[in-house]
Amino acid sequence: MRFAVTKACGGGGKARAGALYVGGGGGGGAAVVETPSLLLSTRKGLPAFVSRDLLSTLPSPDSHLLHVSPIHFIECPSSKTISNIGGLHQMLGLQEHILVAAASDSVESLPESEASNKLGASFETPSGRRLVKPSEYMQMITSMKPNLWASLADEVPAWVTEKRNRISVDRTLRWLDDCLAVDLEAGKNTLGAVVGGSNIDERKRCATEASLRNVAGFWIGGFGLGESMEERLALLNAVTDCLPEEKLRYVSRLSLPEVLQGVAAGIDLFDSTYIYHLTLGGFALVFPLDIVERDNWDSRTDIEGADCTKINLRATIYRKDTSPIVDRCGCFTCQNHTRAYINHLLNVHEMLAQILLEIHNTHHYLGFFRLMREAIKGGKFELFRQRFIKRRRAFLTAEAPCSL
Amino acid sequence: MPVGTQGTIKGLTNNQLEEIGCQIILGNTYHLALRPGADLIDEFGGLHKFMNWKRALLTDSGGFQMVSLLHLADITEKGVTFQSPVDGKPMLLTPEESIQIQNKIGADIIMALDDVVKTTITGPRIEEAMYRTLRWMDRCIAAHQKPDTQNLFGIVQGGLDPVLRDICVRGLVERNLPGYAIGGLAGGEDKDSFWRVVAQCTAALPEDKPRYVMGVGYPLDIVVCSALGADMYDCVYPTRTARFGSALIPEGVLKLKNRAMANDERPIDPTCPCMVCKTYTRAYLHCLVTKDAMGSQLLSYHNLSYMMKLSRDLHTSIVEGRFPEFVRGFLRTQFPKGDVPEWVCNAMEVAGIDISSCCASFSPSH
Repeated sequence: MRFAVTKACGGGGKARAGALYVGGGGGGGAAVVETPSLLLSTRKGLPAFVSRDLLSTLPSPDSHLLHVSPIHFIECPSSKTISNIGGLHQMLGLQEHILVAAASDSVESLPESEASNKLGASFETPSGRRLVKPSEYMQMITSMKPNLWASLADEVPAWVTEKRNRISVDRTLRWLDDCLAVDLEAGKNTLGAVVGGSNIDERKRCATEASLRNVAGFWIGGFGLGESMEERLALLNAVTDCLPEEKLRYVSRLSLPEVLQGVAAGIDLFDSTYIYHLTLGGFALVFPLDIVERDNWDSRTDIEGADCTKINLRATIYRKDTSPIVDRCGCFTCQNHTRAYINHLLNVHEMLAQILLEIHNTHHYLGFFRLMREAIKGGKFELFRQRFIKRRRAFLTAEAPCSL
Repeated sequence: MPVGTQGTIKGLTNNQLEEIGCQIILGNTYHLALRPGADLIDEFGGLHKFMNWKRALLTDSGGFQMVSLLHLADITEKGVTFQSPVDGKPMLLTPEESIQIQNKIGADIIMALDDVVKTTITGPRIEEAMYRTLRWMDRCIAAHQKPDTQNLFGIVQGGLDPVLRDICVRGLVERNLPGYAIGGLAGGEDKDSFWRVVAQCTAALPEDKPRYVMGVGYPLDIVVCSALGADMYDCVYPTRTARFGSALIPEGVLKLKNRAMANDERPIDPTCPCMVCKTYTRAYLHCLVTKDAMGSQLLSYHNLSYMMKLSRDLHTSIVEGRFPEFVRGFLRTQFPKGDVPEWVCNAMEVAGIDISSCCASFSPSH
């Protein structure tokens, strides 16, 4: 795995563009992926609704990055079976994809800080509460052979005591060393976990300590667990200030628009269950993907033509809407189906609705990431970020022309 | 014909259906008329356009669902009266209205409204239903607005009574319809009665028109009915059983939920060329099925692939003059111990297919 920053400080701030080169690690054909980039969320290694053949209709190599949680496999298949099959890439039929393993997600593998102890991290899973020790975790990682993997962390929500927060940092660092000790690749594919809750000093301590280890990059956890929007930017910046510039940074659980904060703080990889939740709710992303180009910004038309970020296709106004979700969107859903059809599918509780929505939402959100990268490369990221936020606020305060 | 009840095959996209070789799917008139509504579909230019399905569609009359889904359904000469599931008001589905709705939906093949009776019922009701089916057939024909683009099939009723079935067949054949369905089966009757009705009907129906056995079925049933001269089938079985974690294989059924599958590194079926069998192991699918939507999808994909392949294989073996061989191979794989059910042996004998080499301990009765 090789990573390099290709453009630093684009448009002010610490936003950066990078290139991630991945080859080997049990699979993953040689591909260069530009960052900042989105890791698609998965359940047991595959997207919730988009099967592999449909996944390949999404933009490449953007849609080749997946976040996989080893905890999803805690029941089965066994590490031995996964090994015998040849690892994750083989088992999932995703030989050309880049699989990044991190234990927690916000749907099926929720960190349960009250049950974590000195021996391991606890997670709420569909099969109950499970305690995972670093040795067990590494057994899974070794058999799975992901391209990149985050070390085991003790994530805590924002409201824990200072003492508990401090303990979480101590444990996370200790577990990082435990994981590295048994890593056959000696840290080449490792993302050292950085936690520290809402305490700036602890965040800095953890980041600084993790930087001393021989790792390929860092996974920043503990966000999306109760901290406020204002705190978050300061915390993210505190962390990235203490991390080496040239190494990869990956943060979990930032949705839209928090992801803009992450990019502004210098993060390269993001995962979140944003698309999953949108899809389950019957929402489709529709915000325009051309903000950067519109240099002549007429604020009046901006508010009048305020587009929503998303529409809810369950709404009856879409019953007879013959247009695709987004005009001229190149995704499978928009090329083949109408809003009316999806509205019908949602009303009759058909699985195809989720399949079509996840395809479109993924396509659209990946497009957004591409926009962010263009903005960074063009030195305009801060402008992009401000416009995006302003546009959303303008919509919220103006008369909504479309329903939510 | 996979069943796409509400304008979609559960969990599969149109291009996936085309990929596995699906040529025609079935839509349920009752469901579609409720949601999204026949008028809306009509405004869209028909169900093909609404779903964006470029191949063939068949709709049933709506009668069966009404009788099976709605209690308080009552059948009179006028039509089927039932309580609207939306607001409880009494409603009436007449033959005219069923055809009108199907005209709006726009399927390539539409079904006449028939008076369906469970095969487990005996007595004069069956005779009444059979004659009424013929009378309703005429009303359907009269009401049909698009005979040039939509093919109206008649449905043979008559329960398990060969005399009644014969009257019904002759009555429908007189009306010179584009195709004929054999209805009133697949409802719990014993297999021996089932095949005999199919055999009688296929013997009497015209050679040059399609024969559609409604609600069938299991792969074995399809092979037997094909041997007896039937051409078309519909059943929810492949997709429904997928959602319960069962995969269709040449040997029968593979229950992926079974603990033994947890470490099985083989594909569902090593002889199956479908995307699922070429990519995934039983062990991985074991952890998905019944728990994740993806499990249902992948299994549905495989099961429908299996059925499409079975149809293709039946077709090719007939065209190439080796149908009996194909049947023997099929039965040997499903019944390796030679325990072919008696009804299958009887049916095959009438069909003129020698399967004695597949039956270990039982010889076909004369």
